[in-house]
Amino acid sequence: MTHLRVGRWITAVALLLLAGVYVRALAYTPVEASQGFAQKIFYLHVPAAIWAETAMIFVGLASIVYLFTKDPRLDRFAASSAEVGTVFCAIVLTTGPIWGKPIWGTWWSWDARLTFTLFLFLLYVGYLLLRSAVPDPGARARFAAVLGICGMCEVPFIHLSVYMFPTLHPMPIVLQPGRPKLPGSMLTTWLFSLGVFTLLYVGFVVQRYAVSYLREQLEVTEQ
Amino acid sequence: MRSPELLRHAWAVASKDLLVELRSRTAIVSVATFVVLVLMVFNFGRDQTAVSNVDLAPSILWVTFTFAAILALNRAFQIELENQALDGLLLAPIDRGSIYLGKLIANLIFVATIEVIGLPLIALFFNVRVLVAPLVMVIALATVGFVAVGTLFSAMTVRTRFAELLLPVLLLPFMILPLRWAALATGLLLAGRPLSEVQGWLNMLAVYDVVFVVLAILLFPATVNE
Repeated sequence: MTHLRVGRWITAVALLLLAGVYVRALAYTPVEASQGFAQKIFYLHVPAAIWAETAMIFVGLASIVYLFTKDPRLDRFAASSAEVGTVFCAIVLTTGPIWGKPIWGTWWSWDARLTFTLFLFLLYVGYLLLRSAVPDPGARARFAAVLGICGMCEVPFIHLSVYMFPTLHPMPIVLQPGRPKLPGSMLTTWLFSLGVFTLLYVGFVVQRYAVSYLREQLEVTEQ
Repeated sequence: MRSPELLRHAWAVASKDLLVELRSRTAIVSVATFVVLVLMVFNFGRDQTAVSNVDLAPSILWVTFTFAAILALNRAFQIELENQALDGLLLAPIDRGSIYLGKLIANLIFVATIEVIGLPLIALFFNVRVLVAPLVMVIALATVGFVAVGTLFSAMTVRTRFAELLLPVLLLPFMILPLRWAALATGLLLAGRPLSEVQGWLNMLAVYDVVFVVLAILLFPATVNE
């Protein structure tokens, strides 16, 4: 039960800080010259995208260790991370078009990164569907681990593809070789937001972890 | 395990599957019919005056092969479910990796057969020149990649609820990347571009194949061990 409470507290603090991100981004960060107000969505879009992808890598790493140790905690963590990753993907996929409409003139373009976030999302959905389709807990954990590892191994290919396709998307401006090409105050807001999203990820995962533990206990008592 | 042993066992598993198929021929006839039907759907589902054949041919080729391959992959472990044949296979004193390789070889031969049937039909129906050697290489490289992942996934999905639906849902996200590369390369080749222009896509496909075949061999035991 304590896990659930800790998770709730972390999430509550993170949501409060998220409000802080909005305030800082809207009121205390300069408006970008060429994109105007629409660029503000960057402070949500990019941290969510980073965590959507990182969550998949965590799913994969936890899955690898799970296959060696068969520790149910790792399986629970992988499942939680996948669920949270799905939510973050959904954030990226909704904020992306909202940003795209005023800047590109279209809600959706089959642009490399937008497309691949979509199929990262579909990977997550497939992972969660697979989990729900296997009744036996042991088999469920093993199958999910196999899919999780494959999913993680696909992420580098997705990344490579981003650089190979013609795109409307801006090239990375923060995570790139050399210094970030972002003015100081924008970078501060962005880093603050990244921190808040990290906290949100942790809060959500801890809660989901606690819930899946309780669900497993329920399954055991039902049998 | 020594590698000649591994391959010998793998071939034993593959030849068993192929023999089963050769005796009944149900699956291959159904899938071949399916390919013809999909090609007909493509023909009637578009405005022939608006898009030229050579522009559309790569999409037709890859969409047809994708769906036909998914149908074929579903069957790979389905046949092992009857009379608990899979348990028998797992009890055999052979490496798990060779069971996977055997299934992979059988699936590859099966899908390749479909492609051999489908390719001339595409050339015939859509009046494009498809039998150029580099194109065969593109098709072979892309097929190995998605059949490797598909064989691994079908070992899991057959033992879930809604197996037929779950396999495409899991597999398509892994097929889209090689398909995209293959379709781009196919487009260039059908337009008569030289091989050097598609070299990059071929490299990507080859890397994808190596990564996922190795990964699948390593992960397959986890899908069948109790």
